[in-house]
Amino acid sequence: MGNLDLSRRTFLSSTGAFMIGLASPDVWAQAAKPSPLSPNNPKLLADQLDAYLSIDKTGKVDVFYGAIDGGQGLETSIAQMVAEELDVPLSSVRMIMGDTRQTVNMGGASGAQGVSRRGTSLMKAAALARQILVEEAAKKLRAAPADFVVQAGVISLRNNPDKRITYAQIIGGKSFQSNVRWNGQWGNPHDIATDAPLKNYKDYKIIGQSPKRPDLAKKVFGEQDFPGDVRLPGMLHARMVRPAVAGAVPVSVDEQSIRHIAGAKIVHIKDFLAVVAPKEWDAVRALRALKVTWSQSEPNFPTHKEVHAHIRKAKVTQRTIERENGKLEEGLAKATRVISGEYEYPTHSHASMGPGCAVADVRADGATIYTSTQKPHYAADGIADLLNIPRDSVHVIWMFGTGSYGRNDQGDATADAAVLSKALGKPVRVQWMREESLGWDPKGTASVNFCQAGIDEKGDVIAYELISRGFSRENVATNEGRASATLAGQLLGAKPEPKNTFNIPFASYTFAHNRVGWETVGPLMERASPLRSTHLRDPYGPPILFGSECFMDEIAAAVNMDPVDFRLRYLTHPRDKEAVRIAAEKAGWQKRVSPRRDIDTSSDIIEGRGIAYRRHFDTFIAVVAEVRVHRKTGVVEPTHLICAHDVGLIINPETLRHVIERQLVYGTGRTTVEELTWDRNMVTSLDWNSYPVLHMQHVPPRITVHLIERPEAAPSGAAEMALGLVPAAMGNAVFDATGIRLRKIPFTPDYVKAALAV
Amino acid sequence: MTQKMTLTVNGHQHKISVDDPDMPLLYALRDDLGLNNPRFGCGLGQCGACTVHVDGVPTRSCSLPVSAIGKAKITTLHGLGNRQKPHPLQTAWIEEQVNQCGYCINGWMMEGAALLKRNPNPTEPQVREAFSDLICRCGTHNAAVRAVLRAAKQV
Repeated sequence: MGNLDLSRRTFLSSTGAFMIGLASPDVWAQAAKPSPLSPNNPKLLADQLDAYLSIDKTGKVDVFYGAIDGGQGLETSIAQMVAEELDVPLSSVRMIMGDTRQTVNMGGASGAQGVSRRGTSLMKAAALARQILVEEAAKKLRAAPADFVVQAGVISLRNNPDKRITYAQIIGGKSFQSNVRWNGQWGNPHDIATDAPLKNYKDYKIIGQSPKRPDLAKKVFGEQDFPGDVRLPGMLHARMVRPAVAGAVPVSVDEQSIRHIAGAKIVHIKDFLAVVAPKEWDAVRALRALKVTWSQSEPNFPTHKEVHAHIRKAKVTQRTIERENGKLEEGLAKATRVISGEYEYPTHSHASMGPGCAVADVRADGATIYTSTQKPHYAADGIADLLNIPRDSVHVIWMFGTGSYGRNDQGDATADAAVLSKALGKPVRVQWMREESLGWDPKGTASVNFCQAGIDEKGDVIAYELISRGFSRENVATNEGRASATLAGQLLGAKPEPKNTFNIPFASYTFAHNRVGWETVGPLMERASPLRSTHLRDPYGPPILFGSECFMDEIAAAVNMDPVDFRLRYLTHPRDKEAVRIAAEKAGWQKRVSPRRDIDTSSDIIEGRGIAYRRHFDTFIAVVAEVRVHRKTGVVEPTHLICAHDVGLIINPETLRHVIERQLVYGTGRTTVEELTWDRNMVTSLDWNSYPVLHMQHVPPRITVHLIERPEAAPSGAAEMALGLVPAAMGNAVFDATGIRLRKIPFTPDYVKAALAV
Repeated sequence: MTQKMTLTVNGHQHKISVDDPDMPLLYALRDDLGLNNPRFGCGLGQCGACTVHVDGVPTRSCSLPVSAIGKAKITTLHGLGNRQKPHPLQTAWIEEQVNQCGYCINGWMMEGAALLKRNPNPTEPQVREAFSDLICRCGTHNAAVRAVLRAAKQV
């Protein structure tokens, strides 16, 4: 074993400054000193164990996690996984997250795969490290590896505990210089394999516990810095200048208009326009005072009210059937009854709590970027592309930030900061404004679901079709890895590179004749569009499941079946069925055919309950919603959400419960209040009134989460799967209560009142 | 014209120079004083991320001109308590593991602390009412309510 280059660790200790609430500019600058390590350093090659973890002379373990924690506790859960396999105390594990000079590109926390993919890879690395260390101990202490036990980083002979050696004594501060089998992939598909066996779940001591998250205490005491808290010497504050009409570009800018603001400057490169000032408030003043002549633009968008009609009639650019069995047309022909239903889902903004904010320090010898983007390694790729500088010279330092939940505006703000810092030769902090964050973030765009089913004379469902049509989910990529994927890049002339992607969540419903697929239509604007689509949390969940799972209830009602019984009959995978059965049981589900006929449905307040099910990767979930429908006001009030959740092995039960509870609240907002509005010219949802989000008054006051224990199954993801069920579960509950089928989101009082009046 | 002002924040006095008396307090706290607790969420007083106490009253610092502060005492989340001497709400907040990203935390904790001060034993509806004008995009609403009720038992 050779000597580990300690520069990485030295660098890390200097980044301890990140934890201090009032870091001075000098501390930040020092923390950002380029490390001698680069992505080309052999120690960071993805087929080296050293790329994933190291142990210092005191036995402290650094884990190099090449993705991020979006605030959902991955830092702790993945540390638990590593500590478990390595047999070290959790307190000795430190997670180094998303720093492009210290980690390899393991993608984002995308698709809630932080534990299932990234955590599992790091577990395998830990198991290999343990095996190497035990073998080394066996050589030194002259016994067979199988004769040793490891506890808290101490390797001792099972029958003679006095014969012992510590991890630190063997490897402390040195390199493993051992290979892992890397699958050759970067980003989300990255994975490794080793020959070291993993523990049996029955032997777990740390996995399955619920240690508290260290980041939360820092946040509670006001000690946790986000990218917007970085202050560098000479740093300028920037505000981007956006047009009031989409597609308009600056033709001329009146420098006199901001002359009265001390130090304020304009940066105008091609169609990219910003103001900067040494003081932040002066940048805001300059933004407000700046006079710009914009080019004429007439986007002539179909408005948010017209967008579903547009989707229905627009030319289909791609049709893909994802799953098909039998012959749908034959099945429909044989059916004695065919029912159909259409469901509309609106456009949503990421509407992050904090608008995009990043700091960039671009110098002749390299760029240092502070960001909370969801995919920091791709941000580094994109900045190299955007600034035309070598990739190795870009150092992206990821920091905790506002919840991103998809590709929000953080990555675009990061690109803006990089362009400005390069142009000005100074560190620049960009802060997007609220109207900019809602108006110009990449969106989760609208879709329409077309469903039909054929029922034979016996009442069996023999044919089923689901086609979801909408905008591709990648007008811009799901990461900022290319200049063309950012607003800054497009404004500077990078040609947009849209892709046609869509996806239909898998379900194990089995019908003799079955067709499930999607159709995409072209974007409403090609370049620098405020309505460009990308991944928004659970990109294919709520929009499609609202249709597919509401329609399952329509079929159940048509064949006079209870919605739970119906699902149990047509679902075929045992874990799917278990989730449905358990959710119903925990909800105290009373069997009946919806709508309910046991109460006076003309009374003002009617209660109903609905269920929805899904599978996402290997996570199996069912949600029951209990609602009160207020007929006079049209208010749909969720009173209790019950979730049965099977994620396989549970790493940290408390964190898992929290993640599920919080996303059910968020999912309620995306069911009852959220909808992006726009007119012919531009987004009109520009503040928290015009883009309404869930407030306390509309939060389901009771949420019951039941975790299904399956420790023998590999851990899957949990961070976004349950939320996708809220629209359908609530829609089904409204139908149960009233007999009225809600066909579009959001369930605003006006819409519900109108639907009830029909 | 540049004005000299003294701000009292978390028990310390800070002298600042202000060019624009309409500058919101948030910018003075963050930019002039280097305090990171209050955060920019909307600049419109709609979300609460910038909340501080002004003479004990939860106030949205993004919408309050710095010139209106006068001699009022400002407290940020950092001034509410610390690891050695935590505010009961900070302890409860950690026990309940309320937050996810934590960007909104200033609004919720500063409103919660003010509620406990004026009503040490709030009912659940009273807590929900106190939090009715705050935004959290992670969905921590119910957890925040639980934390206040837990802290109330300890106050």
